[in-house]
Amino acid sequence: MNEKLHSVSLRRNVGRAVYHTLMLLTSVAMLYPVLWMIASSFKPNGEIFSNATSLIPIEFTVQHYIDGWRGFGNYTFGTFFSNSLFVAVLSSVGMVFSSAVVAFGLARIQFKGRQFWFVLMIITMMLPGQVMMIPRFVLFNKMGWVGTYLPMIAPSFFGSGFNIFLIMQFIRGIPRDMDEAATIDGCSWYGIFAKIILPMIVPSLVTVGVLTFIGSWEDFMGALLYLNKPAMYTVAYALKMFNDSSQADYGATFAMSVLSLVPVLILFFFFQKNLVEGISIQGLKG
Amino acid sequence: MQKSLRPARSLSSTMNLNNVAGYVFILPFIIGLVVFTAIPFFTSLYLSFTDYNVLTPAKWVGLQNFRKMFFEDKLFWTSFKVTFKFAFIQVPIKLAVSLLVALVLSRATHLTGFYRSAFYIPSLMGGSVAIALLWKQLFSPNGAINQLLSVFGLPSNTRWLGDPNTALGTLIALGVWQFGSSMLIFLAAIKNIPASYHEAAIVDGAGPVRRFFAITLPMLTPILFFNLVNQVIGAFQAFNSSYLITQGKPLNTTLYYGVHLYNRAFNHYEMGYGCAMAWFMLLIIAFFTALIFRSSSAWVYYESEGK
Repeated sequence: MNEKLHSVSLRRNVGRAVYHTLMLLTSVAMLYPVLWMIASSFKPNGEIFSNATSLIPIEFTVQHYIDGWRGFGNYTFGTFFSNSLFVAVLSSVGMVFSSAVVAFGLARIQFKGRQFWFVLMIITMMLPGQVMMIPRFVLFNKMGWVGTYLPMIAPSFFGSGFNIFLIMQFIRGIPRDMDEAATIDGCSWYGIFAKIILPMIVPSLVTVGVLTFIGSWEDFMGALLYLNKPAMYTVAYALKMFNDSSQADYGATFAMSVLSLVPVLILFFFFQKNLVEGISIQGLKG
Repeated sequence: MQKSLRPARSLSSTMNLNNVAGYVFILPFIIGLVVFTAIPFFTSLYLSFTDYNVLTPAKWVGLQNFRKMFFEDKLFWTSFKVTFKFAFIQVPIKLAVSLLVALVLSRATHLTGFYRSAFYIPSLMGGSVAIALLWKQLFSPNGAINQLLSVFGLPSNTRWLGDPNTALGTLIALGVWQFGSSMLIFLAAIKNIPASYHEAAIVDGAGPVRRFFAITLPMLTPILFFNLVNQVIGAFQAFNSSYLITQGKPLNTTLYYGVHLYNRAFNHYEMGYGCAMAWFMLLIIAFFTALIFRSSSAWVYYESEGK
């Protein structure tokens, strides 16, 4: 009896060890490209490919960061980082507020045509962006917005289907009794939104803010279409131009690539829970 | 108490208030929809029947663009085939991998959080320029992948991005590597399956495989459906990996539809032609989305109806 119990627990332990070994190996494999880039950014250029498989530099150097930071065309990466920060912060702020307002209207207020607008919103979520790429460019060109950050920022101030939907899911989880109690107390819809709902949906607003920030930070297409002066380049676009202009200096490209991902990683570590919840909620409309 | 002395609002005035407030709240969405979606959407349809280079006014040419697309522009068909190949290989693999990993991760251990992060991080930054540039170096002839292969004694002289047979596959690998978000969606859905279902099945003597096919998989079909639609739409619009890593080379084997469209519109200033291409893509995507929706009644299981 005792022996049997013992062998069961032994088998379980072996199983567990196999599971974790496999999972750890897979995790390392998944992260290997990123770790490799970080390692390469600290290796001298000669070592990046001669000692390619190793994640630990034989000779450690920060020279690539110094070289890379100088940037190109008289602009350092400091300029590009602050440009990206400007675009990403404004986009996220606009997105959070506009999406929250619209989500509240659609989730809580019984108005004529509500269903119609909700369906339209879901449709916009599935509309391929590339159909809009050219006419948007034409439109922005007519408005004199090409060569400014406006095409990359302004649309965020009008909400987006996915983010509105995400916040709606959150609002739906708040009991309606609270709105009703507030209505009886003479609170208007604007009061209910500002005083009751808004404080309770902060986690979803953080999710929307973080996701929008990362999306805007990594946006390459917008910069490719609309930015035409190096002084205005965002990090994503500058990285591509930097790589084109300094083909041989892999190390410096890697160093700036690593730096470009630092904000994304920081946001991930601080808001992991929000991100995971935000992504998970996506599937709930089915 | 004082408040209850106020005359009660009549039902119709409450409804009017609701109508006004409702539209005030969704106003940003309506403006955005009209300006940034509806107007461009219909402008694009109009432009697809014109010859337009941005500088001079659009000239109506009827079906000229479409004729050129189908009968003259060889690269159009090339990019069309590349994109189909890309979508039809990447989407099933990515779905299968994300479902499999989600199943494995659904078993909670003290390290699950770490694994989940490790698998999710690539999808958070995989679309960035940094990762595209990295991919190019990883898969270069003397890059880390080939050197790793040689460590294990495997053939290590593949020119991953330079060989027409492997270039598209290398870009597909970059897409599959970003399975994290779909995995998270699956994972949330797996956790939503009531434990009692599995417990009942265990009592009935069902093994893990049987339970997967009889419980987990049917319960996951709505999410599978959602992920499938999303990934198909995404795959048809792929742009960055080809534009940044291969520029469509070698021999146009990685020339995505989106990249060809961009080249025609923004390098050759054939905006009308670009719009025609965009509308054709929209129709193709709509066709496949409709196909998935139509077929869904046969394979997507909704609990409320199923019982």
